[in-house]
Amino acid sequence: MTLLYSDVEEELRFSVRQLLAARAPHAAILRRMETDQPYDTALWRSLAADVGCAGFAVPEKFGGAGASWREVATVAEEFGRAVAPVPYLGAAMATAALLAAGDEDLLPAVAAGQTTAVLVLPFATPPGAPPPVTLTGVADALAADILLVPAQDALWAVEARDAGLTPVGSLDLTRPLADVALDDPPRRRIGDLRPALDAAYTTGAVLLASEQLGVAQWCLDTTVEYLKTRHQFGRPVGSFQALKHRLAELWVAITQARAVARYAAGCLADDDPDLPVAVALAQAHCGPVAVRAAEECVQLHGGIGFTWEYPAHLYLKRAKADAIALGTAERHRAALAALVGLDA
Amino acid sequence: MDADELRQRVRQFLATHDPATTQRLTFLRARFDAGLAWISFPEGLGGLDAPRALQSIVDGEFAAAGAPDNDPLRIAIGLGMAAPTILRHGTDAQRHRYLRPLWTGEEVWCQLFSEPGAGSDLAALATRAVEDGDCWIVNGQKVWTSMAHAARFAILLARTDPDLPKHAGLTYFICDMHAPGVEVRPLRQITGEAEFNEVFLTDVRLPDSLRLGAVGEGWQVARTTLMNERVAIGGGAVPRESGMIGVVAGTWRDRPDLRTPAQLDTLMRLWVAAEAARLGAQRLREQLAAGQPGAEGSAAKYAYARLNAEISGFELEFLGAEGLRYEDYPMRRPSIVDWKQRPPGYRYLRAKGNAIEGGTSEILANIIAERVLGLPAEPRTDVTVPWKDLPR
Repeated sequence: MTLLYSDVEEELRFSVRQLLAARAPHAAILRRMETDQPYDTALWRSLAADVGCAGFAVPEKFGGAGASWREVATVAEEFGRAVAPVPYLGAAMATAALLAAGDEDLLPAVAAGQTTAVLVLPFATPPGAPPPVTLTGVADALAADILLVPAQDALWAVEARDAGLTPVGSLDLTRPLADVALDDPPRRRIGDLRPALDAAYTTGAVLLASEQLGVAQWCLDTTVEYLKTRHQFGRPVGSFQALKHRLAELWVAITQARAVARYAAGCLADDDPDLPVAVALAQAHCGPVAVRAAEECVQLHGGIGFTWEYPAHLYLKRAKADAIALGTAERHRAALAALVGLDA
Repeated sequence: MDADELRQRVRQFLATHDPATTQRLTFLRARFDAGLAWISFPEGLGGLDAPRALQSIVDGEFAAAGAPDNDPLRIAIGLGMAAPTILRHGTDAQRHRYLRPLWTGEEVWCQLFSEPGAGSDLAALATRAVEDGDCWIVNGQKVWTSMAHAARFAILLARTDPDLPKHAGLTYFICDMHAPGVEVRPLRQITGEAEFNEVFLTDVRLPDSLRLGAVGEGWQVARTTLMNERVAIGGGAVPRESGMIGVVAGTWRDRPDLRTPAQLDTLMRLWVAAEAARLGAQRLREQLAAGQPGAEGSAAKYAYARLNAEISGFELEFLGAEGLRYEDYPMRRPSIVDWKQRPPGYRYLRAKGNAIEGGTSEILANIIAERVLGLPAEPRTDVTVPWKDLPR
């Protein structure tokens, strides 16, 4: 398994980065996130349908591109790098659930990017948790056409308009959460719950690690560039060793996060038996790295980093929310301990 | 030259040099002469001008055939530092005289660079070489010299012109360690033993034929040596838990009586850090193989220095009362660093050196910040003034 990017992935990264730069600059994200349309659904349609992000990991027989989750993970880095207000993560988890259940009815429209299905799972669900009882704090549900809802040992498809969706105030305004209430809506059984939920959770955790990598890389790149130009005491502040050493250390951590995230994406794409370890490792490592990168970004920018106008806070909020999403690093370390035979 | 062709060559060589019946030194010399020693070196100097990435294939074929090796850990400084420097900057006569016995291990090499007054700031070194006819007379003190007590030759950096700024006044020599005036003393270290030496040079006469590169070009030549020191991560993929973390994980599994819940999370933090560093190094090797090198080699050393210190420190505390016992301080002369067979206290103490030897972690952080991230250097006051006028 290679930990490098393929030429195809590099091309994909380039086109997604260009699209995001044109359609979702920070000023636009800042304007949008306090409106009642926090998700940019038009941008998501472009990414899902035109770029084809929704169908990369879906086999051709279901109308997908027949590539793999590795390519989706590369794109997830760009979504993190741009703190893009698109529901890719909830959609990808739903896609993984549909694939695990072998559902042929929804997959073609989902893979084509015509329908956005989102898995309904509290965003903070830790690894190994039982199926949810209350459906609160769900990410990306506000942008869904179809909700995939766990209930009674099965996964069900519900039209989003038939569900009660209540937006909740969210730490990360670029990925707002919602509480989901269901009053016996029309529903269709997708399949058994456990395998669908496990596949969705694993896929979500792998993609989240790549998103965290993208968040961290933006924070590092932006801070480095700022410290080259910001002058105090008659010299660029980036020439002070006290600051350089912090950025060097962050760079080392991000270099490792890239290897770890790539390994997890590779294990998912290849269905490698080491996947459970790779996922727990990725979540135990990449979450804290992204948080540290964002905190350093705020601190090393000084005053400007503490303003609403400058985008550093978007990354801090995304990084911190991501570190709680799908279980904190501590929960993944505990899962990892059991997987590698290090018992309490 | 591709992998198949190299395999073919090794097999042809083995057909006429049976490892089981050929004397070790005869075998190694013949392997050198066949160009199968360091394959990226030129023909006639132990190589075939082949890609360096294919070296592991050749080494693997020889190992599989049960061939004797040249004890690479013992001659690491010769292989990793002296050889590339002699190849790049030496005369034809020097290349042919030194490289073959260096590779076979007949002549061990050491490195006379660091001084008590020149550690991270190597270019500030004070050992003087004064021209005297067709000789140089060398006086000074070097330190942290591993294998000096076994070495036949050394690579030596000395000051030939104190009136020039510090980088410009240096010249690079090969030092005959058997020459009169070379005195090697063991340097007892934090672990109680002496891996390293101090080397005192008193009126040592070196013929001009031992000079490597031009007079005053010593710093440029030394850069070749130091670049190679940091490139030498090499090797193939390393399995999970093969480093220091594997030892500690083994202790954890063997000793349920010592475990506490809080320690498990500490252990798992270290396990995650170790595995991330391992995958990071693996990705780095892939990048190098794909022809995307960089100063990133510094990253691996930087990461492992901290990791080894933290893991070995955890191990000692995990052992509690047993961690207080230590019976390994008596002075001796180990030839290699074998931390797996040594007690946990040794691992903790020896790991402290990882963040100092071969570039301190602080210097590596500067290298990463400046060469990888492109951050500006600190303003300096020491690079343009004559060396003799620098405060010291």
